[in-house]
Amino acid sequence: MNQCLDKQRKAMSAVVSTLCFLCAMMVLLPLALILFHLVRMGAGALNWNFLTQLPGGGGMANAIVGSFVLVMLAVLLGVPVGVLGGIYLSEFGSPRLNWAVRFAADILNGTPSIVWGILVYALMVVPMKGSSAYAGGVALGLIMIPLIIRTTEGMLALVPDSYREAALALGIPKWKSVLHIVLRTAGKGIITGILLACARVAGETAPLLFTAAGNQYWSHSLTEPIASLPQQIYTYARQPYVDWHRQAWAGALVLVFFVLAFNAGVRFLTRGRNPPLAK
Amino acid sequence: MHTAAVKQSMGLAPPSKAGDAAFKWLTWCMAMMIFVLVVLLGWELFRGSALSLKKFGWSFLANSDWDPVNGNFGALPFVFGTFVSSVLGLMLALPLSLGASIYLTEWAPGWVGQPAMALIEMLAAIPSVILGLWGMVVLVPWLRAHPYPLMQKAFGFLPFFGGRINGPCVLSAAVILAIMIVPIITSISREVFRAVPDSHREAAFALGATRWEMIRLAVLKGSKRGIFAAAMLGLGRALGETMAVTMVIGKSTVIASSLFAPGCTLASGLATEFGDASDDLYVSALFELGLVLLLVTIVTNILAHVLVGATGAPKHA
Repeated sequence: MNQCLDKQRKAMSAVVSTLCFLCAMMVLLPLALILFHLVRMGAGALNWNFLTQLPGGGGMANAIVGSFVLVMLAVLLGVPVGVLGGIYLSEFGSPRLNWAVRFAADILNGTPSIVWGILVYALMVVPMKGSSAYAGGVALGLIMIPLIIRTTEGMLALVPDSYREAALALGIPKWKSVLHIVLRTAGKGIITGILLACARVAGETAPLLFTAAGNQYWSHSLTEPIASLPQQIYTYARQPYVDWHRQAWAGALVLVFFVLAFNAGVRFLTRGRNPPLAK
Repeated sequence: MHTAAVKQSMGLAPPSKAGDAAFKWLTWCMAMMIFVLVVLLGWELFRGSALSLKKFGWSFLANSDWDPVNGNFGALPFVFGTFVSSVLGLMLALPLSLGASIYLTEWAPGWVGQPAMALIEMLAAIPSVILGLWGMVVLVPWLRAHPYPLMQKAFGFLPFFGGRINGPCVLSAAVILAIMIVPIITSISREVFRAVPDSHREAAFALGATRWEMIRLAVLKGSKRGIFAAAMLGLGRALGETMAVTMVIGKSTVIASSLFAPGCTLASGLATEFGDASDDLYVSALFELGLVLLLVTIVTNILAHVLVGATGAPKHA
């Protein structure tokens, strides 16, 4: 009787373990399928023309460059604000203020990216009477700010206080000790955070729809609408033409390559050496 | 006097206070940007929707007509679509994520767990427009051809599974959303499970529990809040997801009882209609959709934040 019950319990455990294993497989299945289809459908359409020509000539060169320009603009806005804000929290902040900022940053991180697009539309596109690369860059930059503030604060908190005290004991003004010693010590972690934020915004489409607005040609000024890879993929995907879908897949392959390369690179760089100074 | 003289003799100027003050002020301004952004988001969306707020008031939320031609705008189809697709997505994603994270923390050997988690996080890093493209071209036609007819055959008597089967529909959106939020829920619930001390597990084993009994007793029991918080964060993400949903939900602003009918969500409505909005009232109504979306995600995120904070589990942005 007892043995029978034991068997039942063990069988139950085995069944659940199989189910959980299947769940894990199911979770990974979409990733495998997406990568498979990306390569299968994208690789065929990916050629030299694609990387160097305008959409009219069967390429996405302007979108690739446009994405790069937009991310650069976003970095110009997001990195100074995010890093300096993070410095304030870790070096000058009070627990209550930090809690409030962290809370607000988490709320902002959870804000749908399309809402950022609308904000920038109201703030910049309407007053400037038109979409522009600036507006798109600002939209992406605003999304970066809360991400970078959080990672910077976290990384700076790992720098041991003895470093700061040693600097102060030498009579170095606090701002110099922060910039030259604390920031430099946490540098790798902060840069990791920035790169991850870049990878994140590089794939964003929704905030660009009404701000950067897309462009089938080269844009010659930052005050003009500008193309970007995600938006170009979206534009092509919505059309019913097989050839345009092929273009979309090729664009998706390029975009995924950049985003995943960024992520994998960061993971590789920081692997095994979790901030060197953490205890 | 004396110390000053010593410093003088050593050739050191006292550290300047001005630099510190300026630096502190500058960094303070940047940290305050976070609050400025929160206020700005709320204010600009509120200001943009003033016209619609004045014209429709609270009835905006209850009105199921979205008729740009006649200038009659109600948000109900969008709210309904957002709610249905996100909650369904969560219902699909939650069991899978929990199973996966239990497997990864409790059963998988270390050499499986780490790479598997890295892959799951890779899925999270795939841009939403690419998931949308894949969903549109690969997933939806497959769903339309195989599982949907089966589901209709089995449950066709229910209104949710009745009617004509469309490829792009609310159910397809829910499936794509599930795929998108699985990584978040999995990684957070994995952290929650890992926070359970090993001594609890050992205690359960010492009582003669099988592994599954141990998991139920020692791991799941204390993790309820953490799991709930993970689900809320996933839900928050699903509610605001734009591109992938826009690409697989079809486009219809009519509320249908069937999950096989096309629909719309707050975010997808914004993405598809903002560009064509011609008159001021139309734009204003779209701003109000944005405002509703912002408020809904804020509430969800606050709920998750409070819960995660209370359990002491690691916070994920």
